[in-house]
Amino acid sequence: MIEETRNPDVLSGRLVKASNLKTRNTSQKIWFGVMWLFGLITFLILLLVIGYVLIQGAKVVDWQFLSTAPKGGLSGEGGVSTTLGTTLYLVLLTIVIATPLGVGGAIYLIEYAGEQSLKSPVLKVLIDIANFAVETLAGIPSIIFGLFGYALFVSALQFGWSLLSASLAGACLVLPTIIRTTEEALLTVPDDYRRGSLALGATKWQTLYRVILPASLPGIITGIILSVGRVISETAVFFVTLGGSHRLPTSIMDGGRSLALHLYYLAMDTRAFEKAMGTGAVLVVMIIMINLVIDFVSRKLTAGLRSR
Amino acid sequence: MFMDKAVKYILFVSAILSIIIVLAIAFFIFRESLLAWSEIGVGEMLFRRVWRPGQDQFGILAMILGSVAVTFGSIVIGVPLAIGTAVFLGEIAPKGVREILRPAVQLLAGIPSVVYGLFGMVVLVPIVRNLGVAGNSGFGLLAASIVLAVMILPTITSISEDAIRAVPDSYRSGSLALGATKWQTITQVVLPAGRSGIIAGIILGVGRALGETMAMIMVIGNSVIFPKPLNQNPLTFFLSQARTLTGNIAVEISYATGVHESALFATGVVLFLLIIIVNVSARWLISHQSEIQTTRQS
Repeated sequence: MIEETRNPDVLSGRLVKASNLKTRNTSQKIWFGVMWLFGLITFLILLLVIGYVLIQGAKVVDWQFLSTAPKGGLSGEGGVSTTLGTTLYLVLLTIVIATPLGVGGAIYLIEYAGEQSLKSPVLKVLIDIANFAVETLAGIPSIIFGLFGYALFVSALQFGWSLLSASLAGACLVLPTIIRTTEEALLTVPDDYRRGSLALGATKWQTLYRVILPASLPGIITGIILSVGRVISETAVFFVTLGGSHRLPTSIMDGGRSLALHLYYLAMDTRAFEKAMGTGAVLVVMIIMINLVIDFVSRKLTAGLRSR
Repeated sequence: MFMDKAVKYILFVSAILSIIIVLAIAFFIFRESLLAWSEIGVGEMLFRRVWRPGQDQFGILAMILGSVAVTFGSIVIGVPLAIGTAVFLGEIAPKGVREILRPAVQLLAGIPSVVYGLFGMVVLVPIVRNLGVAGNSGFGLLAASIVLAVMILPTITSISEDAIRAVPDSYRSGSLALGATKWQTITQVVLPAGRSGIIAGIILGVGRALGETMAMIMVIGNSVIFPKPLNQNPLTFFLSQARTLTGNIAVEISYATGVHESALFATGVVLFLLIIIVNVSARWLISHQSEIQTTRQS
């Protein structure tokens, strides 16, 4: 293509200019040094952010901080217990809504879409649009999900600022993550499994349920854990759908504030930076643990693939 | 057999749910914004500099400029670092270093945006404030650009690294066999070959930057003034406070009513359209790259 006609000239031209091997090797050494520096800077940024938050946060985090409720109002006093509870409810509810829909959608797009689009051109177009829609959803910024949740769940359906509104909006947010990771997991299941099961007389549904889903379970679980991480760290969506009460919700129609939302209120409304750092440290520890678990599961997954 | 059919239809519905959600998002946000477009007028909203909901002035130009400026700043700071890190990970780093740095980049992507925002407020803003320019509060475009640069770093790094890894090894071998050094191979063969993937990574980074909300509210100052240089030096533009489109929505939606509320949805429509354009062009580039590579290999 264009490159192919152009590149040789450029290449040889520059090579002639820098034909002295010594100069070229020196320049390589310098630039490799710069690249090492870039890698190091990236690593240091991570260490700096995490280290600062953990060290500053450690000053206020203790059992009492985790087990007492925030005082509320503008005092910034108290701990984070109710926000931990709200985060847990929010995660559970969001995952319960999003997982069956996401996994189901992925199964259709991988296991059925091929044969179905051969049957009907309309279905083929719909499936193409569905794939495009998943991509689009993954790129929509979270505040738009929040705005949507506010318009549909909070206002139009009159769920108000509540766990229900927030987790429905949150489910829309994590849906593409679950679909994509499940799709990847399904693609790693060898076709022999499907044929073997069908040849034994199993129906498509039996094959799915007894053979394919168990084989792709670690991948699906990775997707769910990733989504848990997103719900824990997400703030913008819940800022406009969850209300902000510091009390523990007693039903799904109650509002509340998640840990991340609590951090925001502490920093912005109260300027209680020590407590905010403590909350941030709890969040960071949670995210590190989630990353370790994902790492562990995906290692298991690749080990499992190799043993096959 | 009945079970099989039932399952198929249920799965089909979950598969097209994504379409329904995208359409519902577009429909609801657009419908809620209609009042603002008709009451205020499209030109008035997009090109007026003043946003004073109390006096029925709803120009979002200042917020558009705020979003564009902070995105530009984060790209200037973040892209060299991200691509450098990607080159390092893909071509230079020894296996041991790579196995530490790659999870580190992943972890950087997982840190909640409020934590970045808090770090910005407590650490970065005081440093920027010390720059000693009159009218500089520390909160503003510079602090926000730095925070945002760190937040888009993982996105650009991992997509660029994928693009670099996707370049066939035969390209590298060919270049090395011609007597080029490893560095010349990287800059003149690998990077040009992975170019569209890298550009797609940058564009997706732009998408993330435009959409970031909470961290921006926390460090950019949120002032609705039109951002401008603080003195004769044009660079002090970046010390100016600003507000992003995302921040405008988040900060005011909980108490806005009537035309004001609708104007916030209109802000959402503008943001939504910007993001769609950005993401579609990135997708196009990514699919374009795989086409180039398959035709080359065949």
